[in-house]
Amino acid sequence: MSGVRVLVGTRKGAFVLTSDGKRQKWDVSGPHFAGWEVYHVKGSPADPNRLFASQSTSWFGQVIQRSDDGGKTWEPVGKDFAYDGPTGTHLWYDGTPHPWEFARVWHLEPSLHDPDTIYAGVEDAALFKSTDGGMSWQELKGLRTHTSAGKWQPGAGGMCLHTIVEDPTDAKRIFIAISSAGVFRTEDGGETWEPMNNGLHSKEIPEPYAEVGHCVHRIAMHPSRPETLFMQKHWDVMRSDDGGGSWREISGNLPSDFGFPIDVHAHEPETIYVVPITSDSEHYPPDGKLRVYRSRSGGNEWEALTNGLPQENCYVNVLRDAMAVDRMDSCGVYFGTTGGQVYASADSGDSWAPIVRDLPAVLSVEVQTLA
Amino acid sequence: MIRVVLPQHLRTLAKVGREIEVEVSGPVTQRSVLDALEATYPVLEGTLRDRQTKKRRAMVRFFACEEDWSNAELDEPLPEAVASGKEPLLVIGAMAGG
Repeated sequence: MSGVRVLVGTRKGAFVLTSDGKRQKWDVSGPHFAGWEVYHVKGSPADPNRLFASQSTSWFGQVIQRSDDGGKTWEPVGKDFAYDGPTGTHLWYDGTPHPWEFARVWHLEPSLHDPDTIYAGVEDAALFKSTDGGMSWQELKGLRTHTSAGKWQPGAGGMCLHTIVEDPTDAKRIFIAISSAGVFRTEDGGETWEPMNNGLHSKEIPEPYAEVGHCVHRIAMHPSRPETLFMQKHWDVMRSDDGGGSWREISGNLPSDFGFPIDVHAHEPETIYVVPITSDSEHYPPDGKLRVYRSRSGGNEWEALTNGLPQENCYVNVLRDAMAVDRMDSCGVYFGTTGGQVYASADSGDSWAPIVRDLPAVLSVEVQTLA
Repeated sequence: MIRVVLPQHLRTLAKVGREIEVEVSGPVTQRSVLDALEATYPVLEGTLRDRQTKKRRAMVRFFACEEDWSNAELDEPLPEAVASGKEPLLVIGAMAGG
């Protein structure tokens, strides 16, 4: 493998960071879509030169951009995210019914197999699919019309569908996560969905073990183990070994089990990473020390990774889509902060260095491992 | 031809300069100008008004001849100076920080 391309979405544009396999020297291009919020940028696993970006502002709405040359040039594609049929209502912050309203695309998930197929997770929560490279979008409405949807409620960031995980062994099996509804799974390509929240406990909702209503922040899967999922919930780090059928807590010795991202090492399916945050009311690292925590035992036993990360006076956050791993022989780990730094480790997290220090607040980080 | 001045973000998106011209047949109203604008530059669909309801986006304003037309009836004729091309229709992003 010859190098990596890190795709960064920020509050004021997108940036593309490239390096060779050593991952020591970086080329930075951007801002692309300067001044717009870029919630997510992701490349197609089936065609690494094809990238998609979600670009939006409160002023002018949603735009989707596509690049077919690895981020050198971009063209707007389709942006008509129309809910299919009556929208119905979900719960508002005050517990009253509120109609579904499209706000933005939070997450773009290109198909593992087909460069023209891509999924989009949006706020208010729904899943859309394009089979023509993003030119047009159709809602997979079985999710939004699930019988539990009237009980879904927005988290602080809005009622967003923020995570889409494809089963690499079965293209019809997809997991999604919504704040605050929880995890849902489809086995039929998105026609029908079932909540997968058994074992989650959330003291912030009236029924702490309810079927839906949990503020799941992120889920992650190692491609070799599609039955095993890891979750960073609002509070609690969780694990499922039965495809989301049941969850158990693996927070163990973490200094805080509140946080946003979670990811899995590219070559070690039991090695996982989180970034503990003090609490839901203090969105910064405990004690002003930015520490990634790594478990090499699939959870419960965690070690702090601090080498190269600020260990005093650090009060940034790391958002849910802002961590990624590459597939180089020595696995690289990347994350971005709300303070505009993107940190990289070329040795599975043992040591870190900033690629860039002064970007706008980082909303998302993805990485492509280039042949 | 009707002159329209776009805000910076939409100029970038549509790949045009500060001011563009669109052709409107019939009465020159907000609706007819926006219809012509979107027909000429489809990438602007949804950026100024909702695609389905045609309701103006909350943080978009339309000014003409030093008057705010944002809340005027869509089919009300715009000022003669706009219809004649003497003055442009200004599309403004609302002042909202950021």
